[in-house]
Amino acid sequence: MLAILVLLPILAFVAILLGAPARLAALGASVANLALGLAAAFSWKQSCWSLSLPVLEKPALHLAFGFFSDGMNVIMVLLTVIVTVAAVLTGKAPEGREKLWYSSSLLISAGALGAFAATDLFFFYAFHELALIPTFLMIGILGRGERRVIAWKITIYLGLGSIVLLAGLVWLANLAGTFDIPTMVAAAKDGSLTIDAGTQKSIAALLIVGFGTLVSLFPFHSWAAPAYASAPAPVAMLHAGVLKKFGLYGLLRLAMPLVPAGMQAWLTPLLVLLLGNILWVGYVTVSQKRLDGMLGNSSVMHMGYIFLAIAALAAFPENDLAKPAAILLIFAHGVSIALLFGLSDRIERATGTLDLDELGGLAKSAPKLAFLFGIAAMASIGLPGLANFAGEVLVFLSAFRGFDGMSSLGPVQIACILSIWGVVISAVYMLRAYRNVFQGPAVKSTESAADIPFADRIPAALLTIALFAVGLYPNLLLQFLK
Amino acid sequence: MPAYYLEALTITLGLLLLMAEAFVSTKSKAWLGLAASAGLLVILCLTALAIGPDAKPDAAWAKWALWDFYRFDSLARFYKIFALVTTILVLLLSIDYRSILARFTDHPESENGTGEFYALPIFACAGMMFLASAKDLAGAFVALELVTVTFYILVAYMRRNVGSLEAGVKYLILGALSTGFLVYGIAWVYGATGTMSLTALQAAAETTKSLPALLFGVALVMVGLGFKIGAVPMQVWIPDVYQGAPTPTTAFLSVGSKAAGFVLTLRFLEPFLAAETTRGPVLTLLLILAVATLLFGNLAAIPQTNFKRLLAYSSIAHAGFLLLALAAGTAETATTPGSAKVVSFYLATYLLMTLGVFFILAQVRIQRDGEAITDFNGLGKSSPMLALALTVLLAALAGVPLTAGFIGKFYVFSLAVGAGLWVGVGVAFIAAAAGFYYYLNVVRAMWWSDGGNAAPVSLPTLTKAAVAVLTLSTLLFGFWPEPILALLR
Repeated sequence: MLAILVLLPILAFVAILLGAPARLAALGASVANLALGLAAAFSWKQSCWSLSLPVLEKPALHLAFGFFSDGMNVIMVLLTVIVTVAAVLTGKAPEGREKLWYSSSLLISAGALGAFAATDLFFFYAFHELALIPTFLMIGILGRGERRVIAWKITIYLGLGSIVLLAGLVWLANLAGTFDIPTMVAAAKDGSLTIDAGTQKSIAALLIVGFGTLVSLFPFHSWAAPAYASAPAPVAMLHAGVLKKFGLYGLLRLAMPLVPAGMQAWLTPLLVLLLGNILWVGYVTVSQKRLDGMLGNSSVMHMGYIFLAIAALAAFPENDLAKPAAILLIFAHGVSIALLFGLSDRIERATGTLDLDELGGLAKSAPKLAFLFGIAAMASIGLPGLANFAGEVLVFLSAFRGFDGMSSLGPVQIACILSIWGVVISAVYMLRAYRNVFQGPAVKSTESAADIPFADRIPAALLTIALFAVGLYPNLLLQFLK
Repeated sequence: MPAYYLEALTITLGLLLLMAEAFVSTKSKAWLGLAASAGLLVILCLTALAIGPDAKPDAAWAKWALWDFYRFDSLARFYKIFALVTTILVLLLSIDYRSILARFTDHPESENGTGEFYALPIFACAGMMFLASAKDLAGAFVALELVTVTFYILVAYMRRNVGSLEAGVKYLILGALSTGFLVYGIAWVYGATGTMSLTALQAAAETTKSLPALLFGVALVMVGLGFKIGAVPMQVWIPDVYQGAPTPTTAFLSVGSKAAGFVLTLRFLEPFLAAETTRGPVLTLLLILAVATLLFGNLAAIPQTNFKRLLAYSSIAHAGFLLLALAAGTAETATTPGSAKVVSFYLATYLLMTLGVFFILAQVRIQRDGEAITDFNGLGKSSPMLALALTVLLAALAGVPLTAGFIGKFYVFSLAVGAGLWVGVGVAFIAAAAGFYYYLNVVRAMWWSDGGNAAPVSLPTLTKAAVAVLTLSTLLFGFWPEPILALLR
């Protein structure tokens, strides 16, 4: 059944190539996927969801999909199907490019679903790459601003990151002698797969740099903000909201169980880098002059918190809070950043600009847009009641897990205390952006701006509901992890 | 049916077509190409029936002395199929290329004088098929020369074109030089071991009293073979010859000739890798060749602006990956395919991707009259399906996952990691990263650059069908590579 989830967008893509109406096909596939995804959430423990087709005998390779027993990828799949529907409904394809526009969203979604649903290392990696190519193409063809330069930059960055990652994964698979991820993890757990400390350290370094580049870990992050600012809205939503999370998911899925000692060895450098994300990129975000640039940088910054949860898990392997914290925040951030990118696209289409200095007073002419953007901004800051709050609180708590309160603070705790300042920073830039765009006297660009039409309210509402639902009742997601 | 019938039939087909061309004069020569491909297609089907002497030991033909020079196993069958498929596709490519071909022969107004262009590849094909069955260095050498001599003509075929002539001269001189290396090396091997039979060489290598002389001979032969497979230090001819030769010939060189070189390399190295005395030095030699080839091919490809020349460097780069698989020297086990299988698999995927690209390149050359990367500008807008196909093919050449190219690279990497060739692995990663860059550069030109008012490129039916089949199989084998491996069993 999970294979159908992956296959549907691909079939819709083929249908579009063969001449089916693009928007209709994309919408049909993504809504069907949303329904399937929700159905999966209720019945993910049934064996009917998994599938394993032998692809290769030597080495044994299977086109295998399934939900892991730890339930982590149920949440990732849910995130993907929700954001995909929103992305398909958001934005407007330029005249004559509808085929390209919708088919690339479908391919990105299929790639992300495939990567999250795969239980085979080979296809885990391969599907992610499949999703990257339409991302690059879309930015290069339909992006804004210096699209060619930016698209080339993200291509080179993520291409190199993927190759470094591949080196680590091939090494791991060679040591484990299998590509089946559950088998690998089980072997590592029961001691039949032992990797010596030196090798662990090398593999962990490859994985941190490889996955880290894909998630825009400082200092491999400079592709992200310009790419999101330039990308068409659905691509920005899908990449920042879903696809990028592949790196974090990968670290949790592979690096933590298979090379724990290696991760522990890199703990201090990792903490320094994630503080770079939160504090340094945070300051960069504050100084942004355009809304899209600010959102792009803020999404880089927030990755730091999720890395903090991963670091907390690396430092203290019995940490029972770190993994739920990371996954919850991955989901929350994915939904909220997708909402923000979707709404900022709406703002640009209504006013013709995203320059913060040229905007102002938009709340008067577009109150519904202001309301929705306000919720998204509050979510991003981490206001209680919204999903990001639950995630961030859990992250901070998890950093103090195993800390007895008597001894002096460990590196993770110090990093945690420093990163709490990030919350202040994000409040500064988010509130300032909100004030610049929506409050104050109306200016030329916003005087007669249209409010968000009904068609665009549907995806926004979908994402907002998800934010509230998880924010008020985090157990909705956490139940999968138990 | 005894396996050698295949070669005999192929040669007969070539001769028949030459005769037919001489006596039947028609305006268009396309029928020759079609007849040749149809004939080869029949022979391709017959490979399923071909058997060696082991399958029928009682038959009279099974006792022939020919079997001392000729063997038939799964590897031989695979490379015979490989040669036939390549030749068929190259002939189809030639049919759609004939307008350019005619322009640079003696009668630019007509197709007179282009007929042999369809018959010659068949002879080269027969040579390649014989190479696949090589069992003795003398026989292998003759077969190799049949291939090379045919290519001397094919490369310089457009004799009113300076580029093609220059390519022909370069290919001739360096080809002769490499033949010299090869023969000289074979002489040293024979001198050190007293045999030229590849099946007897292992025992001879283990007991030889003059090991340095033997290794010297092996190194010389490897240099000579390096010319065929496009490996350092005999790679210098590749860019100029590829660029100058008619595009179908370039495609044939880069796929068929390379594969023939590799099958001979596999056959030739098999005894020396099995012998304890020579295994170590030979593997070291292979690793050095692999690293040098990988670095040269990939780094020199980066600044290229001519697409055909880029493909030439890419062909060197792929030879590097193939050599790395050989350098791992892995025998087949229950969980890993051996080096020979990986090389064969990689070549099969390389065939699909490279010929697909050449089909498209030939049409761009004809319709836009240029082969520079800038001639692909804006193709994504003017002919999106064509651009999509080329994107898939180039992504496969770069080794993007879910394409056949990735599985090939993946095999090479896992062999190299398994054998602990860390220098090779490191260099191969740099090479793969560079490959990512220069292949996607073309993709960038197609989709991101403005094409101006260039007319859309429309493919003739034959090319369209070939490109569709090659692209789809590149994708299919990226998901499901087992069929190719099944052919090797």
